[in-house]
Amino acid sequence: MDSLLSILIWLPILGAGSVLLIGNNRAQLARWISVGISVLVFILSINLFLDFDTSTSSMQFVEKASWIAQFNIFYHLGVDGISMPLIILTTFSTILVIVAGWEVINNRVADYMAAFLIMEGLIIGVFSSMDAILFYVFWESSLVPMLLIIGVWGGQNRVYASIKFFLYTFLGSVFMLVSLIYMYNLSGSFAISEMYTLPLTMVQQSWIFWAFFLAFAVKVPMFPVHTWLPDAHVQAPTGGSVILAAIMLKMGGYGFFRFSLPITPDASSSFATVVIVLSLIAIVYIGFVALVQKDMKKLIAYSSISHMGFVTLGVFALFSIMEMGVNGELISISGGSIESAYLGLEGAMVQMISHGFISAAMFLVVGVLYDRLHSREISTYGGVVNSMPKFTGFAVLFAMANAGLPGTSGFVGEFMVILGALQANFWFAFLASMTLIIGAAYTLWMVKRVFWGAITNPEVSTLSDINSREFGILVILAIAVLWMGLYPQPVIEVMHASIVNLLEQALTTKLPVLL
Amino acid sequence: MMNFNFNVAELIFALPELFLLFAISLILLFDLFVSQRLKQFTYYLTQLALLITGFLAFNLIGENATIFSGTFVLDSLGSTFKVFILGFAIIALVYTRHYLKAHDLLRNEYFILAMMSILGMMVMVSGHSLLTLYLGLEIMSLSLYALIATARDRASAIEAALKYFVLGAIASGLLLYGMSMIYGISGSLDIAQISSFASASTLGSQQTLILNFGLVFLVIGIAFKLGAVPFHMWVPDVYQGSPTSVTMFLSTVPKIAAIALLIRLLIDGLGDLQHYWADLFMILAVLSIAIGSLVALTQTNIKRMLAYSTISHIGFVLLGFVTGVVDGYGAAVFYVLAYILMSLAAFGSIIVLNRKGFEADQISDFQGLSKHSPWFALIMLVVMLSMAGVPPFIGFYSKLFILQQVVAQGYVILAIAAVIFAVISAYYYLQIIKTMYFDDVDKEILVSAPLDMKVVLSINGILILVVGLMPSFWMELSVSLF
Repeated sequence: MDSLLSILIWLPILGAGSVLLIGNNRAQLARWISVGISVLVFILSINLFLDFDTSTSSMQFVEKASWIAQFNIFYHLGVDGISMPLIILTTFSTILVIVAGWEVINNRVADYMAAFLIMEGLIIGVFSSMDAILFYVFWESSLVPMLLIIGVWGGQNRVYASIKFFLYTFLGSVFMLVSLIYMYNLSGSFAISEMYTLPLTMVQQSWIFWAFFLAFAVKVPMFPVHTWLPDAHVQAPTGGSVILAAIMLKMGGYGFFRFSLPITPDASSSFATVVIVLSLIAIVYIGFVALVQKDMKKLIAYSSISHMGFVTLGVFALFSIMEMGVNGELISISGGSIESAYLGLEGAMVQMISHGFISAAMFLVVGVLYDRLHSREISTYGGVVNSMPKFTGFAVLFAMANAGLPGTSGFVGEFMVILGALQANFWFAFLASMTLIIGAAYTLWMVKRVFWGAITNPEVSTLSDINSREFGILVILAIAVLWMGLYPQPVIEVMHASIVNLLEQALTTKLPVLL
Repeated sequence: MMNFNFNVAELIFALPELFLLFAISLILLFDLFVSQRLKQFTYYLTQLALLITGFLAFNLIGENATIFSGTFVLDSLGSTFKVFILGFAIIALVYTRHYLKAHDLLRNEYFILAMMSILGMMVMVSGHSLLTLYLGLEIMSLSLYALIATARDRASAIEAALKYFVLGAIASGLLLYGMSMIYGISGSLDIAQISSFASASTLGSQQTLILNFGLVFLVIGIAFKLGAVPFHMWVPDVYQGSPTSVTMFLSTVPKIAAIALLIRLLIDGLGDLQHYWADLFMILAVLSIAIGSLVALTQTNIKRMLAYSTISHIGFVLLGFVTGVVDGYGAAVFYVLAYILMSLAAFGSIIVLNRKGFEADQISDFQGLSKHSPWFALIMLVVMLSMAGVPPFIGFYSKLFILQQVVAQGYVILAIAAVIFAVISAYYYLQIIKTMYFDDVDKEILVSAPLDMKVVLSINGILILVVGLMPSFWMELSVSLF
């Protein structure tokens, strides 16, 4: 199919329109149509994976049409090994949230489903845009459905959380817009690939780097601009939390891969230490913050921030491992091989996808409990295993994955990043591996307090175990987590060519040659 | 000395204005003498007259002529502006009728006065001499003062009319003072001759001084009319006090005329002094964006909030003129047109909530709209997001266009300041969305507007999205005017 990416973007959006027309009064029909559309989109997106050429780093499934001729803005789509897995993650997660909201959401059902479908289309647009303005349009407009999801279907404090979420991310990204415009005025094109080859002085690169950094760091989110995330997660409905954690945070990580490294390589290199330090603070300090949470969703939100620290660590560790020699050959700084630089980057990618599965699963687990007792407090529960044995099995599996148990996807990404970081600097790796202790501590302690022990709250003993719908969702996620944990090779293969190319770009200086 | 020639064949180039004047007189007579039962046709006749005038103006696009001894110019800028003025006015009057009916304000003078002010705007747009421009400005302004006062039993409206009148008169006075200096030093009222005078290299320092002095007064007069900070004091009070339909009218079509005044005087006439007035505009623009964004945050009256939002939008428009290049002017025009489209839809959404005995002018009046009328809530959502500059709506592209030009001219700091305030202003637009969607208040909202209003408002809302998805044509059009 020539226009597969366009179909993936517009089918859910137009489908959402039809769901809106069905209206909230015919809720059951709206549910079925939504799930039909999301499954169809997922099946179509599998084609991306099947027809993907792993031997090249160039863009595939390319579509290009003139859009705003005055500014040389094109409707230009394409995917490479970095964006393709994220698109499939998006289509996959959307099915989950639509099914997860099945009986739980009874208020404005059609609107709810439509919001997630629109979001799916917009986020696929983010991951497949090859034109900076097109990217920005998708990037920014994806805030709107999330704003409404949190604000309309959220908890008590939803207004505060939704507006904070919107303004925080909006503020971050407008600076990116200014720097994109700035580069357009230098190169005369908004094509992202043109920006890769645009020579920039160190001063220019620094400004652009920090503008990008603000946009992406807020989204990831990195310490210290993470404060919107716990609020948003706690207030969002389960589906909103899942999409937020599984996909929206990845947009930030993706931004570092797609924009920061190749466009501002020299600035990225010189500020890498700052980013690494912030990542390590996120991993260690936020891990401790997670430890003391009383609210399960908040705990998982902080754990998300901590795990996303691995993504930024893996990305920026490469500058401590390799550098480009004068003749264009790669030189090792720290004695590490080029493989360890790949490990860092690929580990970051694997971590993003794995975190997509695990955080989705964790939020769904909390959602299952919340639907029954309407409480997210850890202290409400205790001894859940007695009344919900099947459910506890899944919950423990996902908790183990969150703690990074070998054999689950959580281990693979973190281990790759730690190995990469070890080549960069022993202390980076040492601090990062602290997460294996802290992560296990907060996750398992939560499991202990919620699932094991004696029943203290009489309501817990009346809980009914998961129904077949919930079982289905959790089984699929369990398979995904184990598959990524035991056999991540296909995913790594898909991205390898693009990562090799990215590493080269990231190490090639763009500074004008001084004669 | 000026030489006044008159050639009947020239009249054809002023056909839209002449037709409108003729139609106004006819409709006025019609309204005076027909029975009460037939009076409702005045509205339809008005719309018909505007439609025909718009058609006539449209037909003249592409014609270029300077007539009436150089006092009246017809160019693509003028004709296009006229088409937009008439088009937007037609939309505004559709909304207006529902409002007037709901509040028993439906008197036919309203339509006559509206047409009269539109005639004034058309004269301004085509004015090519200081005198014509001033004449057009006064026809427009006087009709607008009276329009506000049509709600004569409302104290707030009378107060607003008086305030607008007094401050408007001061602004006109300042403008006139500037014009007199320009006339005094250049010896001509004709824009073309003023332009050639200003560009002459033989100007003495005395002459330059007086020219600049006059320029400053012109800028102040224009800033007054546009409502740019620090000459914005009248805007919030007048917007809040006027009947909503008049507020809508004030905040939309006259802005095109004011921009035309700016273009005729400062670009066509004193284009050579661009570096002087650009500096003035820079201050006006930044202050307008800042004050407009910050003060709007605390408003509870939606008309007052939109007044401050207008001020901040005007700031963006002025940024386009700061750049001093054709593309920048085009960006400013695109911004004005986009702003008017959004503003019409915003006021339309307020008016659609009005019903017999219920004046919707508080933000809280939007509570529960998303439940009772999801479609109109969606339109208001689109308008608010568009005004905040969120893609893919038209408001984003108008900001993008301006920012691109601003950055291209090297004013990166200006662009950064502008986007920071754009984020701040997003907060109050989000407040409306919050009120419509998030507030869990079960308040009955009746949308009792007639079908024509609903249809036009829907088209208005959809246009904000559609032009946003395909902004290319409009951008090209705006740049081609210069």
